[in-house]
Amino acid sequence: MSYASQIDELGIEAYLAKYGRREMLRLLTCGSVDDGKSTLIGRLLYDSQQVHDDVLAAVRKASDRFGTTGDEVDLALLTDGLQAEREQGITIDVAYRYFATDRRKFIIADTPGHVQYTRNMATGASTCDLAIILIDARYGVLEQTRRHSFICSLLGIQHFVIAVNKMDLVDWSEQRFQEIRDAYGEVAARLQVRDIHFIPMSALKGDNVVARSEKMPWFQGSPLLDHLETVHVASDRNLVDLRFPVQHVLRPNLNFRGYAGTLASGVIRVGDTIAVVPSGKQSKIKSIETFEGPIQEAFASMSVVLTLTDEVDVSRGDMLVAPNNAPPLSNSVEAMVVWFDGEGLQPGKQYLIKHATSQTAAIVTDVRYRINVGTLHREPAANLQMNDVGRVHIECARPIAADAYDKNRTTGSFILIDRLSNATVAAGMVLERKLAEDTTKRQRSSADAGSHVRLQKKRKVTPEARKAQLNQEPFVLWITGLPRAGKSSLAYALELALFEQKHQVHVLDGEILRTGINRDLGFSGADRWENQRRAAELAKLNLSFGVSTIIALVSPIRFERQQAREIVGNEHFIHVFCDAPLEVCEARDEDGLYARARAGQIANVTGIDAPYERPTSPDIVLDTVKDSAEANLAKVLAFLRERNLLR
Amino acid sequence: MTKYALSHLQQLENESIHIIREVAAEFERPVMLYSIGKDSGVMLRLAQKAFAPAPIPFKILHVNTTWKFREMIEFRNRMVKELDLDFEEWINPEGVRDNINPFEHGTQRYTHVMKTEGLKQALNAGKFDAAFGGARRDEEKSRAKERVFSFRDRFHQWDPKNQRPELWNLFNCRVNKGESIRVFPLSNWTELDVWLYIHQENLPVVPLYFAKERPVVQRGSAWIMVDDERLPLEAGEKPQMRMVRFRTLGCYPLTGAIDSTADTLPKVIEEMLRSRDSERQGRVIDYDESGSMEQKKREGYF
Repeated sequence: MSYASQIDELGIEAYLAKYGRREMLRLLTCGSVDDGKSTLIGRLLYDSQQVHDDVLAAVRKASDRFGTTGDEVDLALLTDGLQAEREQGITIDVAYRYFATDRRKFIIADTPGHVQYTRNMATGASTCDLAIILIDARYGVLEQTRRHSFICSLLGIQHFVIAVNKMDLVDWSEQRFQEIRDAYGEVAARLQVRDIHFIPMSALKGDNVVARSEKMPWFQGSPLLDHLETVHVASDRNLVDLRFPVQHVLRPNLNFRGYAGTLASGVIRVGDTIAVVPSGKQSKIKSIETFEGPIQEAFASMSVVLTLTDEVDVSRGDMLVAPNNAPPLSNSVEAMVVWFDGEGLQPGKQYLIKHATSQTAAIVTDVRYRINVGTLHREPAANLQMNDVGRVHIECARPIAADAYDKNRTTGSFILIDRLSNATVAAGMVLERKLAEDTTKRQRSSADAGSHVRLQKKRKVTPEARKAQLNQEPFVLWITGLPRAGKSSLAYALELALFEQKHQVHVLDGEILRTGINRDLGFSGADRWENQRRAAELAKLNLSFGVSTIIALVSPIRFERQQAREIVGNEHFIHVFCDAPLEVCEARDEDGLYARARAGQIANVTGIDAPYERPTSPDIVLDTVKDSAEANLAKVLAFLRERNLLR
Repeated sequence: MTKYALSHLQQLENESIHIIREVAAEFERPVMLYSIGKDSGVMLRLAQKAFAPAPIPFKILHVNTTWKFREMIEFRNRMVKELDLDFEEWINPEGVRDNINPFEHGTQRYTHVMKTEGLKQALNAGKFDAAFGGARRDEEKSRAKERVFSFRDRFHQWDPKNQRPELWNLFNCRVNKGESIRVFPLSNWTELDVWLYIHQENLPVVPLYFAKERPVVQRGSAWIMVDDERLPLEAGEKPQMRMVRFRTLGCYPLTGAIDSTADTLPKVIEEMLRSRDSERQGRVIDYDESGSMEQKKREGYF
């Protein structure tokens, strides 16, 4: 027994010191029971002495009853948790198993290999460094081999072991092994995998699993466990690009403000200059705090607390990066996704996207294609169903700072969440932007965090200076409500009243927007959202000119209004709700909008066939039925005076 | 090891800290369940590390069955004081009223009332939307596929068919009102990792883990400690002093001791490395019926 002999040799104290410093390797096993996967895992656990006597006794007992291996212990039964569950009809899932040798601790993600389990395999693969892909030597490369290899490569696994198993059933034939090796070359050519290693073995007999096979002297390579213990994975980590997603802000007292998080990649030292994404503000690292005390340097996958030399605004969801090496910042994302949910992907439906520590609303606007994971061919598709893999285009409510997944597994990955059921419906891997744009019909301009930094440097006339010259405090007043609730009339009355008081202000409503800057947009959900986003961006520009903006838009969706607030900036945003019941608005229907909607001539009219989400906490609520237009105007003016926005 | 590489213990530690912080950042009312055992001790240290130099930002809760070893309660009180924890104890008042105990009511009913029901009461009373537990995937076969974030419905029930996929270190923290998540930051730790970490961090543990002469009686194949006068002795049964220790701690009438001379931490680890029996063997509760853990989890147990 290896533990015992090592302890005898070193003494327990020295052994513990050495043992505590082992490395960790996460691996995935792909294959079905028929390929001998359970036997292989059982063999690894058994031969590396990880099976306790009481467990082994139970397995012996079970072997006598169910075993398929004669007098030998059926090692597959060591992992039979899954089989029992299958009988009970429980979803077969990723099972995690643990074993260790003197050199490494191993975590095995054990996933079933059948067609319908793409999502489980993706789940298991997401954290793994290495994949063992089992091939039955009798059958060679099958469709499932291609499927397993593709998913592992898609999820970014860089090291493959192709375990050609059941060599005992092909008379330990070197020629058969070579054939399979050559056939796999055709699969490998289509994947991006750095390191592929072939091992002929018999998990059942134990050949080339832990001990070298005497039956296959022609094989010069290492047995599986040797390879797992020595394969070099340390260089897989990205130590170049500093990415620190801020997870939590710590404020134990007024003198301390620390940013807790895990370094996704890169190295950070005290004194380093950093930029905050998305704000573009810069500062320096004042200290790196840990429970044991401050340290000078931290690197990828360490969980630390950072403090900065300046009081810049940083919150959860922001990312600290190096100023000259910022990730692209964009509302649009081009990605490969694996669909998990029983309810298929609906283009145009709102989901939540969780990326690193940030979360925002998102719509899948396009499904570019689906990949047939058996043939690896692209197929045209309008949507994606459970276990489908496809390429999509996603629009997010707030820009996200994503790297390509093949550069950065943490900042290049995301999940999509259903807003109602809260189910995790998909997992996504961001594609290289250049690659994405080359193949996208509509090129989308995008800014990186660096452009905010550059802008701050270039600007000579600041918004503050403009404000001072105009002698006014600009604001954005956003009026929401059903069509015909009285938004526009209020907006224009307010504009006049403010103008007379020498306050520089401008109205933007649907008519102004849609006859000019937004004339390329229609009335679909995505287009209406874009209409509002542009209005908010224009209002933000006005703010920097020192000018106020009154926006009158139906803006029926809560999160879209929230997005507008975020674009403009919370401190400048005033949210006004014109409250009038649908019956009243419909009665005021001068231009026949509601009538046409009722008649089915036009679609997507708020209140009729599109929802209006009432604001939960607007700054001002106006009752446009009971109160007169004059009274409502006075109410808004009083609010502005109270906030010191009017002289 | 090369520069910029972490040992497996450091890696596990950093991942667990990430999980604990994620919960503190996204949930409204998280709570950490503290069972006084070695795993809980590690989890508590990780929580300290996650927020240092700030204090742990959530409550530490112990669901007491009233049948814990006396040394466990002493140890607990000491930790609460030393670490200045925001601590709360919960004992199922109905169980106390009906004097529910493992002898007259059987281990199943006793565990259900004092552990599972007590836990649910405590979580409801505190309106907690996330509860940390120290369970590990290597403890028991049915735990091998447990999520780090285990979703529970309004009745605290675990539905194995309705669990969320977990990829990378991206956890879906969304719950509707009344629903909750059980969070297991030690999922990827093994029993050996826990002991190695205790050794590395020099963490205090309940002295019951170390061998000592203790009064025990033999019940079946297990040594049960006579921790107080409440343990009913059968006719002719006489406590004897024996050098024993515990591999796992729970309610004393349900936790078997093993013969051992390991009276220091390195000796305990050495004994475990050389031993060929798995940890939960000492626990009466899992042997009640096959698949019992699965059943308990469905009912709301950890």
